[in-house]
Amino acid sequence: MERLLMKGNEALAEAAIRAGCKCFFGYPITPQTEISAYFAKNMPKRNGVFLQAESEIAAVNMVLGASAAGVRAMTSSSSPGISLKSEGISYLAASDLPCVIVNVQRGGPGLGGIQPSQSDYFQAVKAAGHGDFHLIVYAPASVQETVDMTYLAFENADRYRMPVMILSDGLLGQMMEPVSFPDTEIKLPEKEWACTGHKHRRTHNIINSLYLQPDMLEKSVNDRFMRYERVKSECTLSEEYLCSDADIVVTAFGASARIARSAVDSARKKGIRAGLFRPKTLYPFPETELKASCRNASAVLCTEMNMGQMVYDIRLILENTLPVEFYGRTGGNIPSPEDILTQIEKMNRRIKGGALSGSSI
Amino acid sequence: MITINRERCKGCGLCTDVCPAKIIMIKHDKPNSKGYYTAECTDNEHCRSCRMCGIICPDCAITIYKGGK
Amino acid sequence: MEAVFDRPHALCDVPTHYCPGCTHGIIHRLIAEVLDELDIEGDTVGVCPVGCSVMAYDYFGCDMIEAPHGRAPAVATGVKRASPDKVVFTYQGDGDLAAIGTCETVHAAARRENITVIFINNTTYGMTGGQMAPTTIPGQITQTSPYGRDTAMQGYPIKICEMLAAVDGTAFVQRVSADSVPHILEAKKAIRKAFENQLNGIGFSLVEVLSTCPTNWGMTPSAAMERIRKELIPYYPLGIYKDISNQSK
Repeated sequence: MERLLMKGNEALAEAAIRAGCKCFFGYPITPQTEISAYFAKNMPKRNGVFLQAESEIAAVNMVLGASAAGVRAMTSSSSPGISLKSEGISYLAASDLPCVIVNVQRGGPGLGGIQPSQSDYFQAVKAAGHGDFHLIVYAPASVQETVDMTYLAFENADRYRMPVMILSDGLLGQMMEPVSFPDTEIKLPEKEWACTGHKHRRTHNIINSLYLQPDMLEKSVNDRFMRYERVKSECTLSEEYLCSDADIVVTAFGASARIARSAVDSARKKGIRAGLFRPKTLYPFPETELKASCRNASAVLCTEMNMGQMVYDIRLILENTLPVEFYGRTGGNIPSPEDILTQIEKMNRRIKGGALSGSSI
Repeated sequence: MITINRERCKGCGLCTDVCPAKIIMIKHDKPNSKGYYTAECTDNEHCRSCRMCGIICPDCAITIYKGGK
Repeated sequence: MEAVFDRPHALCDVPTHYCPGCTHGIIHRLIAEVLDELDIEGDTVGVCPVGCSVMAYDYFGCDMIEAPHGRAPAVATGVKRASPDKVVFTYQGDGDLAAIGTCETVHAAARRENITVIFINNTTYGMTGGQMAPTTIPGQITQTSPYGRDTAMQGYPIKICEMLAAVDGTAFVQRVSADSVPHILEAKKAIRKAFENQLNGIGFSLVEVLSTCPTNWGMTPSAAMERIRKELIPYYPLGIYKDISNQSK
């Protein structure tokens, strides 16, 4: 398979085109603009649609229209832009429309900054818009994984009829790594629900999210949540590294996990039994896998590029059976492997001194 | 002649305003199942099938046939 | 006996939720008649707004999408770009199109997006109980302009046709009225033209229909029709504001 050196954002766009993305609607914002630029250059040559919308809001609603028309559609943005898209994301979810939304995260809140961040974990996983719904959220940690997850995102969006988010960040989007694109042939599913014109051969299709009767609305939400149960059992992805004998399990997602992995290696060299657990899907969260990775641990260190967001899920899942500590940098700062190693060493000293303990699960 | 679907009529009376023959009126004796007093053609003999009532009816409640009855 | 006037095929045979005398029903029928006459129901995708006509998806026989408030032109853009061979129209009220959705409206026009927009202007937010709309005329009493719209406080109405006529991308824009039989027949012609323009690839075509809201205006249906003639048409003159359909594309 051909290996290419590509920037994360451009590789993502290329993967999307290869995965059958027919329509891309975007709006410029740093640090995701290369995605739009790549589509702008390539879609006209590859029988696709690129359109720069007048706003993030319009872009996500164009995705809604294209998805309702039955094609694979996508938009991308960065943190403040995702906030603007949240209305549309809620409607997409409520209308059971497949699509892919990319968030190349930057520092927030507000206009924040343009440097990498992971401070949209809560937004992506808990509150991507109003109402009861979820997105499948992929958290790639390399350019290759960004590519692979883009294919998965389109496939699963169609399979479960729901929006899927790729939660990237400024670091992954901007860095260059060698990548290869799988040669898999893309088979686009039939969408008998889509608005493609009924040609007088069927009753009219309606794409809608309005249910004025509470029982009807509850049923539609319940049906969706039953689908989420399938998503949980079929889509959850994670990776564990040196966890089988780990005394300290470091948890991290996306770019943070790359740094944490270096810190774990350094800790091992110093004789500390550290391991890394990395959720690759943030929704559904790999709960069983996390518990399994922590089976021999005395403590957990969660590292993120934010003020502590995923750490709440780690604590919930581990149900206070282990002490879970947090280390993070925010505002566009990236923790160094040495920073995380220092935290691991401190925890290790406290474990050895009996100051940090918990029962094994 | 015209027929008026009583269940679709909401008794807005716009047809009674436009009928040039003045043969449609709202009947106030018995409301339909939704509680509306509905329009009725009182003299289909004199209907000119001009379609004015159908054109202004917001509820597609009126069907118009050629000729009077 | 042969019916010379009946429900068009593209209008579903169901009761509507509209208040007695509301002109939405008339305009729905005109659109459905045009879909029948042009034989395009089976190739059409409609996009409905948020507002009184939010449930228009139950009334039109073609495939329908319910858009977020104001976003119908963006949704329609997505449909049209994904399937250029489909006929795509939006049906939007004044709050939807001229307030929260102004941006989407203007930019769809500027792109000369090849869609048809039917704009219902009844100078009020009907669904929520009659609040001041972007098109509420000076002096008009609404729930949120209880002393009458005071232009010093609440500014001026937006005249969509006049505004869009100044946008290079707009292909066709006409204001019509649903107040009387002759005006309804005129409205039908305009709506038909707006769809024909799309079929001919001419681009963004909008028809504004002056409409009533008897309930929130506090009037009988007949008096509401009279208000269109007495108050609205003088403020919102009827006519074609832009038409490039006779020029070369």
